[in-house]
Amino acid sequence: MVSIKVEDLVIEYKPLSGITIQKNFFQKHEKRYMYRAIDHLSFEVKKGEIFGLIGRNGSGKSTLLKAIGGMISPDSGSISLGKQSAALLAIGVGFKRDMTGRENIYIAGLLLGFTQKQIRKKEQEIIEFAELGNFIDMPVRTYSSGMHSRLGFAITAMLETDILLIDEVLSVGDERFQRKSFDKMKELIGGREKTVVICSHNRPVLEEVCDRVLWMDHGKAVLCGEARTVLEAYQKYMEE
Amino acid sequence: MRFWRNLKKYHEYALYEARARLKSEVTSSYLNWIWWILEPFLTMLIYIFVFGHILKVSEPNYAVFLFMGILMWNFFGGVVRSSVLLVKINQDIISKVYVPKYMLLISNMYQYVCKFGFGMLVELVMLLIFRVRFGWHMLYAIPFFIGYSMLAFGVSSILIHFGVYVYDLTYVVGIILNFVMYLSGIFYSIEGRLPGNFGKMASKFNPVAFFISSMRDIMIYGKAPSLVWLFLWCVVSVLLASIGIMLIHKNENNYAKVI
Repeated sequence: MVSIKVEDLVIEYKPLSGITIQKNFFQKHEKRYMYRAIDHLSFEVKKGEIFGLIGRNGSGKSTLLKAIGGMISPDSGSISLGKQSAALLAIGVGFKRDMTGRENIYIAGLLLGFTQKQIRKKEQEIIEFAELGNFIDMPVRTYSSGMHSRLGFAITAMLETDILLIDEVLSVGDERFQRKSFDKMKELIGGREKTVVICSHNRPVLEEVCDRVLWMDHGKAVLCGEARTVLEAYQKYMEE
Repeated sequence: MRFWRNLKKYHEYALYEARARLKSEVTSSYLNWIWWILEPFLTMLIYIFVFGHILKVSEPNYAVFLFMGILMWNFFGGVVRSSVLLVKINQDIISKVYVPKYMLLISNMYQYVCKFGFGMLVELVMLLIFRVRFGWHMLYAIPFFIGYSMLAFGVSSILIHFGVYVYDLTYVVGIILNFVMYLSGIFYSIEGRLPGNFGKMASKFNPVAFFISSMRDIMIYGKAPSLVWLFLWCVVSVLLASIGIMLIHKNENNYAKVI
């Protein structure tokens, strides 16, 4: 069964500086610089599959994850998830810095479409998994970067959405926590209920967890297929 | 309609976020929520000094007159001003999960409603001290405040959209708001102050002035407000809000690219 279907996807960034009134009025017809982050990309991910993304910085991996998560809409082409919910797990984004860890759990949960009641059930589990102890009632701005990402991982991992999108997150925290979150992730996926898209530079990690890998460059697919084959080809290319 | 579906789905989030934000505001200052009362109250004292004593403005029950105006203006001005940068301020959330952008506005408005409520309590106490006649007619304040909120929502929902793309908007909106403030009769009654027809026009066609003077009529002077104008301004607000919601629905998934 197909879980994520991406067809002929194109995503373009307009200039990052935004548009000032002056530009808007006086340079309307001048063609603006566009950056194409995803360039006619198509692929499918099966339900329960762990799908890896690899490629150099700026090859469009994060943009692709954001698009699947619904934060960015395609300029052309389509992404269909059916009725499944998707959550993005990424380093250092998504927290309100002035609010406590506990409040952030609720805000993240509510935004992912859970009710307060459902979150309350998972709350303790999240706090324990993130190993935050008393820090949970302190503002997030006081957290160390490790605590920050532990909480992020715990929230997304415990509040189970159908599709989990992971952006580089397995390479943070100390080694012990890395191992723990890695195991947790494998456990989550173990049931084969959850579809996971994971993007990372960490080749061994991808090789261990992924079923298939997509190698991207400049927003295009270079190679897509069985994890080991693609990763080896990528390695060879990078060494050249 | 998609708006109502989203409202239902994300409403709990908006409330929770507003509550958490107010709480964090409270815990990070020494006098915490007392500021919500103290700030408009002290502003009122300054205005009484400047306008009442130096410029010799006089209105019946000037202190409550002023305080009502300040409360009403803080609500509208605050909501509108903050909506311009709302998407940028919340980019940490927006880049991680989808949320209808007007829910950020609604959450923001809840905070201002809460502060307004605190202010109204003070206003009521002051009305008692000034021996204003209390009565059921004061309940008119509720529909008028709802209308006023709709107006603020309508204007802000449009500004949210353009605020993402047009950087200069912060300045423009700041200046316009400043002008509107003086045309809304916060320190004086505009009809008496501004020359000739201009004052009449301003009080009729400036919705903020209309709502402020209606609230004063209801709360302080026990006069009947104009329900016809209330209805008209509600219709205008709904129109503005529809435009804003449409713009946001159409463009919101591009916001994450710009910020």
